[in-house]
Amino acid sequence: MNAPAASFPPTAITATPLSIALVGNPNCGKTALFNRLTGSRQKVANYAGVTVERKEGRFLAPSGRLVRVLDLPGAYSLNATSADEAITRDVCLGQHAVEARPDLLVCVADATNLRLHLRFVLELMRIGRPMVLALNMSDAAARRGITIDREKLSRALGIPIVSTVAVQRNGVHDLIAQIDSVPPPPPVMAPDGNLHAEVRRLLAECVRMPRHTAAIDDTLDRVVLHPVWGLAILAVLMFVMFQAVFTGARPFMDGIGNAMQVLGDWLGAALPAGPLRSLVQDGIVAGAGTVITFLPQILLLFLFILVLEESGYLPRAAFLLDRLMVGAGLTGRSFIPLLSSFACAIPGIMATRTIQDRRDRLATILVAPLMTCSARLPVYTLLIAAFIADRKVWGFLSLQGLVLFALYAAGIVSALAVSYTMKLWRRRRGHEIEEHALLLELPSYRMPHAFDIAIGLWERSWMFLRRVGTVILSLTVVLWFLSSFPAAPAGFIGPAIDYSLAGRIGHAMQYVFAPIGFNWQICIALIPGLAAREVAVSSLATVYALSANSDQAASQLQPLIAAQWPLATALSLLAWYVFAPQCLSTLAVIRRETNSIKTMALAAGYLFALAYLASLITYQIAHALA
Amino acid sequence: MYQLTDLPRNTNATIREVTAHGAHDPIAVRLAELGFVQGEPVRVVAKGPVGGDPVLVQIGYTRFALRRTEAARVMVQAEDA
Repeated sequence: MNAPAASFPPTAITATPLSIALVGNPNCGKTALFNRLTGSRQKVANYAGVTVERKEGRFLAPSGRLVRVLDLPGAYSLNATSADEAITRDVCLGQHAVEARPDLLVCVADATNLRLHLRFVLELMRIGRPMVLALNMSDAAARRGITIDREKLSRALGIPIVSTVAVQRNGVHDLIAQIDSVPPPPPVMAPDGNLHAEVRRLLAECVRMPRHTAAIDDTLDRVVLHPVWGLAILAVLMFVMFQAVFTGARPFMDGIGNAMQVLGDWLGAALPAGPLRSLVQDGIVAGAGTVITFLPQILLLFLFILVLEESGYLPRAAFLLDRLMVGAGLTGRSFIPLLSSFACAIPGIMATRTIQDRRDRLATILVAPLMTCSARLPVYTLLIAAFIADRKVWGFLSLQGLVLFALYAAGIVSALAVSYTMKLWRRRRGHEIEEHALLLELPSYRMPHAFDIAIGLWERSWMFLRRVGTVILSLTVVLWFLSSFPAAPAGFIGPAIDYSLAGRIGHAMQYVFAPIGFNWQICIALIPGLAAREVAVSSLATVYALSANSDQAASQLQPLIAAQWPLATALSLLAWYVFAPQCLSTLAVIRRETNSIKTMALAAGYLFALAYLASLITYQIAHALA
Repeated sequence: MYQLTDLPRNTNATIREVTAHGAHDPIAVRLAELGFVQGEPVRVVAKGPVGGDPVLVQIGYTRFALRRTEAARVMVQAEDA
């Protein structure tokens, strides 16, 4: 009927794209394979209602057909024990509410770990859907002298098998060709029968493996997991990472800060004086712009974490620390999220997705804000420089440095105390009948691959920037509004913010905050400081009627508050900042990740209560001693 | 017969059985899915720095870290050296 269409090759007129799903055990190299197939044409989102990452990408097959690729979460079995595995099960069985059943399952198995991975392949074959098996990391298998009789295995299983090397440019050539050809018939598999026995039989017939483990893994693990050397290596790694994150990112952060300054000045000059200029300059650029300056630090931190993750080291760190963290009511898997929280609690809380146990994940989310994030540093620096004498203790330790260290330590110790209290509380309520599972696989060591690291970094920075662009930006605008309206009438004496809604709230707040020694200026600064902690510094400066940018303000503000505030007030404010959830973005991300307003309220409530209590004790003791 | 927790490091052993705690024990089910089934050879490769917890177990071509309570479900028979 339609003459032009008929002249196309037959496959090109297939209007509906082919949908395939990658499915396999954790650590089978599935994500690297996904990256290799789809490149940067990926969409990362969440499955509705759960915080399980949904990754979809697409590529054009040689025949011209569009292929949609879904990267399903790694699973050990269809008998799901986590939200991740439940998604994989539902999609594979075609029971997912939204996700359509894929046309073809691409089952990915690590060629060096077939005993474990083949069992899941057999389980998937029972579904009876068209399926292809990709033997991934076949280069590593060849290096270890593992030989797999692919044709024999393919005949025994009744599904096509291709070898892939996800980290090589042409390593997925055969897989693409297979996907692009005629879909294989669904495998026939008895619904009962012992899968382990079947795996043993297949391995005996089709696979020859000189030794069970890679020699390099044995050697490295002997050192890395050693009770003494292992912990020492972990400590050194963490030290190097923190040094790099805090000193290495500094020039880039200053660069972005300066760029924001220039942008603000330029916009200030370009826009007519009035509310719009103030909104753009004092609200958007000063508020959201300040948060963007943390991007280099976050990127560098993620670079370290990604390299450690890709290399296979992170599960080893979890292994070393698990017992200690279980004692404190957490899990070895909490280590990474809490570590990230030293840069910023937002990526830290997002990283708790790797914790499968629901209770462990909640405990980690609730204590993550207690890790001293980098946004607290400007506040700490200002107060320490103004109030703590620059002298040496015992001849070589700087007193200022000691105070800063004490503030970091206070955060860590209280996080452990809080999670421990939660553990006791759960036990008393009888919630601990069910055991927390670890069952953590320690994969083979691998050389991190730049291509996958780059994609991971891009994903994470994009997630962070999107957050700055939405939640943080809108909060900044609201706070700017509160701090700017109603405008002070002509002839009003004192800073304009004093007359605004925020100013009035600040004065009202003083009744509550007087017992912990906060004056009304601090109370006002706390309000815009909710958008981002470090904004409190520039807000204090504004309140003290200094119009200057954050850095200059800090240098002029310092002698001013040193002269005006009692020491007790300064110490009380420091104690406040250790605990207070002075960051609406963190609260917003807690709500999103837990899907619960109640959890967010719980986090905000307990953190404010701790902050108030700590400040009250600090202020009253310091006041009495003064 | 040993519990896997008591097996000395780097001693080859064979799994005799995995005991479930109660009728519904998701951890025992998962252990079986990970390959902890009768007749499989196992070896404890490393133990955690505090109280020997968790234990790192080599099974098949894979290494799993099991907490002591998890490993205690696995009964093994040590091979004669």
